[in-house]
Amino acid sequence: MLRLGRSAYLAMLAHALDDIPLEACGLMAAPLGANSGEVGTVYRCRNAAASARVYELNSLDYLHADRDADARGLQITGVYHSHTHTEAWPSPTDVDQAPDPDWHYVVISLRHPEPVLRSFRIVDGTISEEDVSVEEVAEEK
Amino acid sequence: MPVEVRLPTVLREHAGGQASVRANGATVGEVFEDLVRQFPRLADRVVTSEGTLHKFVNVYRNDDDVRFLQHLETTVVDDDVISILPAVAGG
Repeated sequence: MLRLGRSAYLAMLAHALDDIPLEACGLMAAPLGANSGEVGTVYRCRNAAASARVYELNSLDYLHADRDADARGLQITGVYHSHTHTEAWPSPTDVDQAPDPDWHYVVISLRHPEPVLRSFRIVDGTISEEDVSVEEVAEEK
Repeated sequence: MPVEVRLPTVLREHAGGQASVRANGATVGEVFEDLVRQFPRLADRVVTSEGTLHKFVNVYRNDDDVRFLQHLETTVVDDDVISILPAVAGG
């Protein structure tokens, strides 16, 4: 279950739209000790691949996000990226390269008139979709 | 030289759940050898059995990617922070 803070949800959609025609990507963080799906903070990262078909999270952006999360008592618990022309479902590349079985993998599809956001767990190459809710959670001050 | 090594969530379970550990060495490679001495389950997860950095791992010395320095031969001094991050990519 992914429980998104409203501003985190909107920030991901805004990022996906801002980066058209390229795929957008970023990291999600939850409070340390809370359920990993309690995502109240997201970090925009650069797509080092600068592509409409693939993404490669800029590792320096990841480093800075990780440090910021650590300083604020958060931890990185997932990654989001956009699919500009395909459905919100992990591609074979997404599955092959999923680095952490405990992470939440959000895909935002821009294929339809309205963006579609879905979340998945990817464990040993197996995809399972999880419910997503958008609500008020503890936000940054 | 004692340095701090920051671990990504996926590796923490192999290091007693810690996000950050101390390790010794004069180079990044030596620091990783010490890390594996302390936490044998980290063997082969950062450095391959051929002695090179794993393809799907990025390593930073402070703000610098060691692939743009001297890879595992990159020197470290007291209080440097070595960060290990998974490469995150997809389609």
